[in-house]
Amino acid sequence: MAGIIGKKIGMTRVFNEAGKSIPVTVIEAGPCFITQIKSKKVDGYEAIQLGFDEKKEKNTTKPLAKHFSKAGVKPLRILREFRNFQEQEKLSLGGEITVDTFAEGEGVVVSGISKGKGFQGVMKRHGFGGGQQTHGQSDRLRAPGSIGQSSYPSRVFKGMKMPGRMGGDKITLKKRRVIKVIPEKNLILIEGAIPGSVSSIVTIKR
Amino acid sequence: MNRADAIVVGELKTDIPDFAAGDTVAVHAKVREGNKERIQIFEGVVIKRKGGGTNATFTVRKISNGVGVERVFPVHSPNIDKIDKIRAGKVRRAKLYYLRELRGKAARIQEKR
Repeated sequence: MAGIIGKKIGMTRVFNEAGKSIPVTVIEAGPCFITQIKSKKVDGYEAIQLGFDEKKEKNTTKPLAKHFSKAGVKPLRILREFRNFQEQEKLSLGGEITVDTFAEGEGVVVSGISKGKGFQGVMKRHGFGGGQQTHGQSDRLRAPGSIGQSSYPSRVFKGMKMPGRMGGDKITLKKRRVIKVIPEKNLILIEGAIPGSVSSIVTIKR
Repeated sequence: MNRADAIVVGELKTDIPDFAAGDTVAVHAKVREGNKERIQIFEGVVIKRKGGGTNATFTVRKISNGVGVERVFPVHSPNIDKIDKIRAGKVRRAKLYYLRELRGKAARIQEKR
């Protein structure tokens, strides 16, 4: 597995050789630095920690500043852990990972935090059909309908789909196709929409 | 142009003639039949231009066998071989949707000079 951290820039479209228009999300990914290598012996599991997006020394807390200086990298804003990284033994602390680890046409797994939608009803949140619009209905248009039975069980079952907070969840999409990699600008173009708002953080894995 | 568009700006075509709504153009569109490719010319009045960057499109309207036909082309599509500007029209609107209601002589556009 290979991974990288990126920032969503926005969507646009590109044309392929056949002249077909493909919607793409532009992600500014990397350069990421290896800030920590976790091993079974010391940490109980194998993983590597990547850092992304440089920040100023004065905006870094002392414990974190030490963490970065140990790895020999500049202070970074975002830290993420990746497990099962390819050839973990060969990686060195402070090593750089850039977008060219990904190739055009390959499938990747993309995760991000989806846009927060606030408190939403069941139609938007769970795709319910709503109520009848005719036959004398007055206030049932977006209602959830019945949420259970009667004296038995005399309660509402756990996990019943109801209105509530929507969005702001971690969403992972698999098999997203890489359309283009532009290493000079640290950009990667991935087909289709990617969770999150513009300038939100996403992780890309293979 | 948004930031994402600006990034793919290298892919934009530069050989597009300067044309606007009201102009008559001939669009040389590539048509693929099986593995053969040929050029089909679609000639008519541009009734709108829309969008920016790679998303830009334009709509061409013509009357074919007495039926109005409109085709939307992406400006930067590689399937467009060439755009010929035949005539510059004098119009007072950016979107010429009113042409859809007009027939024959009424649907003419005065030439810009």
